[in-house]
Amino acid sequence: MTVNGWLQILFFCVSVLVVAKPLGLYLVRVYNGTYRWLAPLERVIYRMCGVDAQEDQHWTRYAGAMLLFSAASMLLTYVVLRLQRMLPLNPQHLPAVVARQAFETSASFTTNTNWQSYVGETTMSYFSQMSQLAFHNFISAAVGMAVAVAFVRGIARRSAGRLGNFWVDLTRGTLYILLPFSLVVALIFVQQGVIQNIRPYLEITTLEGAKQTIAMGPVASQEAIKQLGTNGGGFFNANAAHPFENPTPWSNFWSMLTIFMIPSALTYLLGRMVKNQKHGWAVWAAMFVLFFGGVWMAYWAEARGNPIHAARGIDVAGAVAGHSAGNMEGKEVRFGIANSALYATVTTDASCGAVNAMHDSFTPLGGLVPLVNIQLGEVVFGGVGAGLYGMLVMVVLTVFIAGLMVGRTPEYLGKKIQAREVQVAMLYILVFPAAILTMTAISVLLPAGLKGLNNAGPHGLSEILYAFTSTAGNNGSAFAGLTGTTYYYNTMLGVNTLIGRFAMMVPMLALAGFLAEKKSVPESAGTFPVTTPLFVALLVSVIIVVSALTFFPALSLSPVVEHLLMNSGKLF
Amino acid sequence: MTTIPTLPPASTSDARAGSHVAAQRQRAGRKRPLFDPPIVRRAIRDAFVKLDPRRMVRNPVMFVVLIGSAYTTLVFIRDLLGGRSDWGFTLQLALWLWFTVVFANFAEAMAEGRGKAQADTLRKSRTQTTAKRLFDKSAGRIDRARFEEVNAEQLRRGDLVLCLPGDVIPGDGEVIEGVASVDESAITGESAPVIRESGGDRSAVTGGTKVLSDYIVVKITANPGETFLDRMIALVEGASRQKTPNEIALTILLSGLTIVFLFAVATLQPFAVYSGSPTTIPILIALLVCLIPTTIGGLLSAIGIAGMDRMIQQNVIAMSGRAVEAAGDVNTLLLDKTGTITLGNRQASDFLPVSGVEAELLADRAQLASLADETPEGRSIVVLAKTKFGIRAREVGGEHAGHRDVTFIPFSASTRMSGVDTGDGYQVRKGAGDAVLAWVRQAGGHTPADIDSAVRRVALEGGTPLLVAEKGNSHGPRVLGVVYLKDAVKGGIRERFDRLRAMGIRTVMITGDNPLTAAAIAKEAGVDDFLAEAKPEDKMALIQREQAGGRLVAMTGDGTNDAPALAQADVGVAMNTGTQAAKEAGNLIDLDSNPTKLIEVVEIGKQLLMTRGSLTTFSIANDVAKYFAIIPAIFVATYPVLQTLNIMRLHSPQSAILASVIFNALIIIALIPLALRGVTYRPAPAAVILRRNLFVYGLGGLIVPFAGIKLIDMLLVFSHLAS
Repeated sequence: MTVNGWLQILFFCVSVLVVAKPLGLYLVRVYNGTYRWLAPLERVIYRMCGVDAQEDQHWTRYAGAMLLFSAASMLLTYVVLRLQRMLPLNPQHLPAVVARQAFETSASFTTNTNWQSYVGETTMSYFSQMSQLAFHNFISAAVGMAVAVAFVRGIARRSAGRLGNFWVDLTRGTLYILLPFSLVVALIFVQQGVIQNIRPYLEITTLEGAKQTIAMGPVASQEAIKQLGTNGGGFFNANAAHPFENPTPWSNFWSMLTIFMIPSALTYLLGRMVKNQKHGWAVWAAMFVLFFGGVWMAYWAEARGNPIHAARGIDVAGAVAGHSAGNMEGKEVRFGIANSALYATVTTDASCGAVNAMHDSFTPLGGLVPLVNIQLGEVVFGGVGAGLYGMLVMVVLTVFIAGLMVGRTPEYLGKKIQAREVQVAMLYILVFPAAILTMTAISVLLPAGLKGLNNAGPHGLSEILYAFTSTAGNNGSAFAGLTGTTYYYNTMLGVNTLIGRFAMMVPMLALAGFLAEKKSVPESAGTFPVTTPLFVALLVSVIIVVSALTFFPALSLSPVVEHLLMNSGKLF
Repeated sequence: MTTIPTLPPASTSDARAGSHVAAQRQRAGRKRPLFDPPIVRRAIRDAFVKLDPRRMVRNPVMFVVLIGSAYTTLVFIRDLLGGRSDWGFTLQLALWLWFTVVFANFAEAMAEGRGKAQADTLRKSRTQTTAKRLFDKSAGRIDRARFEEVNAEQLRRGDLVLCLPGDVIPGDGEVIEGVASVDESAITGESAPVIRESGGDRSAVTGGTKVLSDYIVVKITANPGETFLDRMIALVEGASRQKTPNEIALTILLSGLTIVFLFAVATLQPFAVYSGSPTTIPILIALLVCLIPTTIGGLLSAIGIAGMDRMIQQNVIAMSGRAVEAAGDVNTLLLDKTGTITLGNRQASDFLPVSGVEAELLADRAQLASLADETPEGRSIVVLAKTKFGIRAREVGGEHAGHRDVTFIPFSASTRMSGVDTGDGYQVRKGAGDAVLAWVRQAGGHTPADIDSAVRRVALEGGTPLLVAEKGNSHGPRVLGVVYLKDAVKGGIRERFDRLRAMGIRTVMITGDNPLTAAAIAKEAGVDDFLAEAKPEDKMALIQREQAGGRLVAMTGDGTNDAPALAQADVGVAMNTGTQAAKEAGNLIDLDSNPTKLIEVVEIGKQLLMTRGSLTTFSIANDVAKYFAIIPAIFVATYPVLQTLNIMRLHSPQSAILASVIFNALIIIALIPLALRGVTYRPAPAAVILRRNLFVYGLGGLIVPFAGIKLIDMLLVFSHLAS
């Protein structure tokens, strides 16, 4: 680890903190309907879709609208991918996407996962990329934000279970937040050298005389929303490691900042809407503690490199005297160790899943960090919206467990947490490990599951575990090393993304609805404090104990044992 | 305003320290040691009776352990018959799993045992009683001579019974004729008899109590089996116990965690198969039992029962566990001024003479007027004159200050004055302002100019002004001044309110006094707010207003007009001396009829919830150590490097797994005293309580199992129970 590396990491941390308030204020005004600079356009959209913008929806209607919209948009994408050949903007004349992959891809993009078992440049036409995948990048993010805002409203109001209007939240999130911001970010990327065109691929003759095909495309625009919406689906197969997607350290910095920007600002929105700004910052702090711990461990593990190399004297000297170059396998030289470790932590904390280095090539402990980050439930800043509501479910759970210790029926910001709330919160908590562990367990027993494996032993288990963790967590990053283009994996992983999104969103909206039905108890000295450093520590502990410990047995047979074996000189 | 104070009813006069100490002593006498041998014996038997799966299924966490124990036992039998070498290990595992279930049942049985023992005592007072049933049921003319002797069981609601000295009152009812002293010690444990009379707020009698003197005619208000005694027996015994809302919520959380761990453990076998080292089902069961929250799962119902039991030890009967829980949640306490905040009798605190009169002279005359006055107010004037000016109390009837033939003029409702007349024509009076002034004017005296301001000053400060006047000596009829009677606030009550405030509970004083007086007393007692000139409907409106703001309200009451408010309040503590209507409306009944006890009730409720939270935290924190004991133990054979995770350096895989399971079982036994007694409770803001409990039970829960498992591991190796 170098001072330079740490300075870059700290610069990023400060940036995440600084954007929280201004952007948060903007989000509050957008969702409260006070900033409506595109009001005429908004009205046209509502009229065209037949939406009653004044309707305050009960949580069941809100959830129903969300499910209906997601199902319809997923079906549309499936159809377009299947009919790709007949549709325009296909200069390479790419054929239709096969059924199982079209299912998986449409599920994956609808759920903000962007798990890609296909190779973008050889599977998707420009039309599919722009009209479907980019479209989902916008609306799946807008759905996440809408649901998070609805959840916050459930805490803040007393409204007989009404949470706002899904269609209005969806429209406003897209119109006022995602579209303008991704436009600006796209321009920054173009300035940094990210390509943006719809030309056919270039045929180049290299210096050695070999023929090479250089893929082209509208990359910058896709890249902006891919990060801003924590989608992570790369235009190219190499994702953000590709020089056309992420050419410079600055484009790398902007990528990471756009990933964390909205999740960080949403904590400010939380504080503002529930009229307890300190609580908003406490939630931010809990996220930051978990994030920083991850960065530290990943950076440490990668900078330390492989002890087997060091022992045999084949270590590459680093740029700074006295420091080894660390583990550079699978990393881009223009980013180096610090920015690769940071990017891996950010992208897995935030359910983004874009990668600028191959997680599969990380050291075992370095690779453990992305895996655990997702297993924490994607609550460390998390996906846009999804991170906040996931974290708030953990807050509700923390308040319930620890709140009893102060001698009162636990209450969260004045709302009593009782049997019904605990029931849906536990359902939310339960779905995630149940899906990941069950599907991984089935896969390691079935020949179909083992067939796709490129590595044996604990590393192979890590690869399968990572795939199901990533899809259930709606992250979409891949450990690689697992051949996912089989009937088995396309189906299982596609189903897993749907479970990880909707089987969790519905209980979460129910929780919000139940909270919105409750009277709010005024705060007093007897109220469980949700603003103190102690609360932050408690929240972090509960997240670690409840989420990560569930996976401890599985992890100890994969990255943990692999790390110990590496230390004793054995690799996989 | 300016009336002579009347005596408050005897039931609400609560001598400052004396009765509190007596109550403490009486409670201490009733208290049994935590592990009382007869209770322990019964609990051990019950612990096995409770193994019935139909009962166990109500507790999902322990039900999982039960199934695990049964399965492990089957595996042991198979291994034994099959001649497998490690049957000894499986046997120990099975035994300790069974112990885990039995220990949890034992905890519950222990908690119930105390109530059952008390129920037995109560049942003795329900022994066959005969009743003198009157033939004439119409309340108009009661012929006490015509009755028949019937069994108490045959009495029905509406029957009239005659109770003579020595009779046990055959059922709950209302006195409709007569007045008697009644020994209620069978219910309250208080040996001093109480007065029961027809009409008013002291007309309710309880079946099982005994008439000591005089006679009463009682109208039965409850059918056999529905009496207060029956309900009390059922409550202390826990026969009608239902899970409380918070208990249900916690059970859901614990069940959810159990399912999560079920997935974690069940999927471990496929991973183990993949890694080439499938493990055995008993070991997976051991891991599961260690991970699921058995500590809190096993103690949860014991904590709830013990909370109700602590109420009973305070002589408070909770009509439901829900009420105990709600007590912990209370945000606002409504307290009646008289008897709760103030002693209920006014005490002289100052002498305010009119101009031209020495304070000492006023004190002397006031004392003279009060010599034969046996009311607390009168006595306090005598005492104040003595302490302030050294004026010795004199005997009435003797010679005083040069006067002979002293006669005492008692207070009467028509004169509203009392005082003393002497043989030589001298008269001194004390009493309500207008009465005394009229007396002076009638005798030809005049109203001093400064008397009005003195009267107002006393009223402003929350006191009662008492005028003193004299006539028949050289000075002629004149007003001497004002005795400042103060409504004495109970000692230590201010500190108690400070404690409540620290817990975030607002206190509101309810009084019939005018706002000025109320404000002064409220300030002195340190309550947060007051409701002056309160009528019963005002009280009701206040409760509804508080509840609309999301607050939970607690109050005490004894009169029939309190009943609606008691029913509306979230926690309504009815006084046992109160009317039947009040007792039916409240969800708690205080047998000592001490309104201040509301504060203890709140504290017990809080302690109950704190105990649940602390043990839940402890239980979950325990898992960290257990992972580090069992995971390396299971897989060290396949991956020897996993020995690194064995940070406790446990001897062998078998000893590690056994030690974890044994620790898991023993911790339940070790925590029974804590579950029954409740965690230490000190009033403090939530943030402070959280910090302390988190330190003790969170951090403690993290560390204790590391030490405990290591110790058990060493003992197992030492005793050759594990290789």
